[in-house]
Amino acid sequence: MTECHKELQELLNSQVSVITNDGRILLGILKGLDQKLNVILESCAERVFSKDSGVEQVELGLYIVRGDNIAVVGEVDVDLDSITDWTNLHADPLKHIVH
Amino acid sequence: KFMLFYSVFKRLIGKIVIIELKNDLEIKGTLHSVDQYLNFKLTNVTVVNEERFPHMASVKSCFIRGSCVRYVQLPIGELDPEVLQDSTRTEIAKEKAAK
Repeated sequence: MTECHKELQELLNSQVSVITNDGRILLGILKGLDQKLNVILESCAERVFSKDSGVEQVELGLYIVRGDNIAVVGEVDVDLDSITDWTNLHADPLKHIVH
Repeated sequence: KFMLFYSVFKRLIGKIVIIELKNDLEIKGTLHSVDQYLNFKLTNVTVVNEERFPHMASVKSCFIRGSCVRYVQLPIGELDPEVLQDSTRTEIAKEKAAK
């Protein structure tokens, strides 16, 4: 049986964007993962979106995120990310995952 | 185990799909891989309705947890409902025989 976490191993040590079930966006360097999709993020930061003000980035440090709380793990294109003007981006925060 | 949809998605690798998540996010991309839990990996990713969802602006490929998927939109003509119905009947018959 193929396991997707093996695909994720290709992303080790690269910058990823994790969307959690409660609608948070966590960015960080993927340092570790396991079969249950628990994830370790180094230099983790949360990008907080709001309709009224621009994006706020909160530094968090070393984080372990539990697999069952993860919806998406995205591979960040670092060049594209540095070009994007996050501080002037206005958007509603993501919704919670509703089963 | 019921592997029908796993086989269906394996046959759709390389095709463009739109995955709608349970938090209303719609992600369009090329299906790169799928696993037994129906977790997906998409490449060449864009978010449908990017203005409302700029949260993944710098992400080009992503891994999506199966439990968070609401719908998978398939390209027209890729899935033959008749064949799928036959396969379903065969699988169910096999499971009954196995019991």
